[in-house]
Amino acid sequence: MNRAVPPIIKDAVDFNVVLPLCEKHVLANGVEVYALNIGTEELIMINWVFFAGNWFENKKAVASACNYLLKNGTTAKTAFEINEHFEYYGSYLNRSCYSETSEIVLHCLNKHINELLPVVAEIISDSVFREEELDIHIQNSQQRLKVSLQKCEFVAGRLIDAQLFGQDHPYGTYNNLEDYAALTREDLLDFYKENYQHGKCVLFVAGKLPHDLIAGFDEHFGKLTLRNHRSGTHTINHTLQRAAEKKTQVLNDPLGVQSAIRIARNFPNRHHPDFQKVMVLNNVFGGFFGSRLMGNIREDKGYTYGIYSYLLNHVQESGWMISTEAGRDVCEATIAEIYKEMKQLCEEEIDEEELLMTRNFMIGTILGDLDGPFQVAARWKNLILNDLDENYFYHGIQTIKTVSAKELMELANKYLRTEEFYQLVVV
Amino acid sequence: MKVIIHEDHSTPMAVVNVMYDVGSKDEDPQKTGFAHLFEHLMFSGSQHVSDFETPLQMAGGENNAYTSNDVTNYYIQLPAENIETAFWLESDRMLSLAFSEKGLDVQRKVVSEEFKEHYINKPYGDVWFKMREMAYQSHPYRWMTIGRDLSHIENAKLDDVKHFFSKHYKPVNAILVVAGNVKKEDVVPLINNWFGDIPSGEKYIRPGMEEPKQLSARRMEVKAKVPLDALYKCWHMDNRLDHGYYVADLITEVLGGGGSSRLYQALVKEKQLFSNIECFHFGSVDKGLLTIEGKLVKGVKMEDAEKAIEDELTRLKQDGISEKELTKIKNKTESAIAFEDMSVMARANSLAFYELLGDASLFNDDREKYFSVTAEDILRYSKTIFDVNNSNTLCYYSEN
Repeated sequence: MNRAVPPIIKDAVDFNVVLPLCEKHVLANGVEVYALNIGTEELIMINWVFFAGNWFENKKAVASACNYLLKNGTTAKTAFEINEHFEYYGSYLNRSCYSETSEIVLHCLNKHINELLPVVAEIISDSVFREEELDIHIQNSQQRLKVSLQKCEFVAGRLIDAQLFGQDHPYGTYNNLEDYAALTREDLLDFYKENYQHGKCVLFVAGKLPHDLIAGFDEHFGKLTLRNHRSGTHTINHTLQRAAEKKTQVLNDPLGVQSAIRIARNFPNRHHPDFQKVMVLNNVFGGFFGSRLMGNIREDKGYTYGIYSYLLNHVQESGWMISTEAGRDVCEATIAEIYKEMKQLCEEEIDEEELLMTRNFMIGTILGDLDGPFQVAARWKNLILNDLDENYFYHGIQTIKTVSAKELMELANKYLRTEEFYQLVVV
Repeated sequence: MKVIIHEDHSTPMAVVNVMYDVGSKDEDPQKTGFAHLFEHLMFSGSQHVSDFETPLQMAGGENNAYTSNDVTNYYIQLPAENIETAFWLESDRMLSLAFSEKGLDVQRKVVSEEFKEHYINKPYGDVWFKMREMAYQSHPYRWMTIGRDLSHIENAKLDDVKHFFSKHYKPVNAILVVAGNVKKEDVVPLINNWFGDIPSGEKYIRPGMEEPKQLSARRMEVKAKVPLDALYKCWHMDNRLDHGYYVADLITEVLGGGGSSRLYQALVKEKQLFSNIECFHFGSVDKGLLTIEGKLVKGVKMEDAEKAIEDELTRLKQDGISEKELTKIKNKTESAIAFEDMSVMARANSLAFYELLGDASLFNDDREKYFSVTAEDILRYSKTIFDVNNSNTLCYYSEN
């Protein structure tokens, strides 16, 4: 055995990657259910997706407050009783709010499902948003914000989004202390009525599915006033307002020992023909541990604990972001190296060995990601909420396997233009 | 080296997990943070492989590692067909590292940035340095895995690195778990081939490191530029293999597990003294710390906040828990274990850890140990653990 010679490998690009099929059901009220019956354990995940993100709010902080407080009281139950119910059965009921959508997610053992669905239905149809619950939420959100605002990385994350999309755009907006203070119970009730009780809802369910599950969904959710579309009069368009100034430095913590660096540009959404190819280019650039940014700035220079680049996960318009925290004394040097790596991608074709490694890594990661029903459901959700289907997934796999070094250099020249990037440093 | 094979043919992937029986508790008090710094160096090239990451990524694999006070763990996930690449990489760095000055120099800087990012540039980032030093007088849990002081990392020498490697990174101190879409008859010859000729080394015998029983309450006050006052309280609990560990774990569920837990309901929702409150422990092998921590609502006095916590603990010590609460925390435990075990990577990691504790079959017994805990156990144990003389309190005041 010669240890200097690596074992023979099967290139991951030669693997046949298969996205398990998703079954579609439609409930009596038109609500769509996407089901993945591929589990081996008696466990289940159900995801109720509403089109109730901050895209649809008329006043700041309403969408996230409404989503957060869904668990905090119905006509018949207090917040404590709701929490106790789900926790008694060892289940996890989480909610989260994004730009376009908001979600309720339930993870539970199959044997408890019938005790839990009726209470989720109650939350969706009969939340009451008691004044005292809102008051506690406002107070605690403000306190949490005060702590977060001390962190350079948090401040940088807010400001770079605002520069890319504008503070009035749902992708660029952020909440200040007074936005929480201005929330009223009526705001929440109005938003809830339109976007939850009468809102568009899509269900995703994955695991080892009980045979009567869809019938159970129909019983508990098929009779509610949920819809399968948003009402036409409420289509909202937001205008992007990009910042004029491209380079910004903000002083946040005079005693800080690190600076938060964000360098970003606007980028089209998943439907653009360049998107999937740029995903490959991004991986070479800064998408994983073996990327150039990581190799140069962490593993060669030791300027940072980590540096990554990524495409933002928005539906309407994306962005291309480079993000790192670096020592204050090496902040300028770090920025210079980032631009140097951009320039090199524009001037030299990626060599075949590096490109093959990136292809193999990406395919290997997708194989690993498709391992398990919940992960597969997450893939499907992403496709469906972006108006895409499995063809897009397979096209992406094909792109990873075949995009050429020449194409990637052309894309680098098209998008990695330093003058189109915003540069933000928060110290 | 001990080897465990866990076949699961429902996945196309394989996991190779190597756990070394060394953590920050095995460090020289003047050279803390070393186990973790060393973990970084394990990626800086070995005797025959100059670059760890590239061949692994070429094989479609991902990897990472972590260091705790107790163990250091390395794990690789990759398509099962390419498992030999993982054996090659792991065995070569077990055989010998490259030990380059350049590698050490870079990783010293990287770890220093990690230290700054997580502990210096963060509000409340120094809490656990202070709390550990107060709660542990002699046990090496006194310091954090990242190290007691940035200078310890900055001063690390290549000789220290070599010494640490030969002391701890030997097959006799390692546990290898191979899991996923593999067959025993296929992988055993490969394991023998790659690992079999590495000299097994001398077993590191850990010196006795029992923390003496705490005899009186300890308190500390800190003032810092943070927006809110915060309160941290810790009590010594039993070690990982004691019955008391399982009882303590369930007590943290009663007090701090979720929106229906006692502390959240009483102190965040009803009395509104805290904006958040948590109760947890660290899963330590030796005697760990059961912790309650929370940030105070602006304007609330520290004494009132602390008194309210004490009142809840008194209620637990006097009345214990209801049957409904006991069922709830057991259902939660059953479900937490089931969801964690879904991932083959998590199973591989648990198997290695249980084997390190003495026996991989604890993986199957753990659930029973939780289910055997009674309401009476919880009542009795809460009286023992929440003794004022066993308590460590850190009041963190806002200077703003």
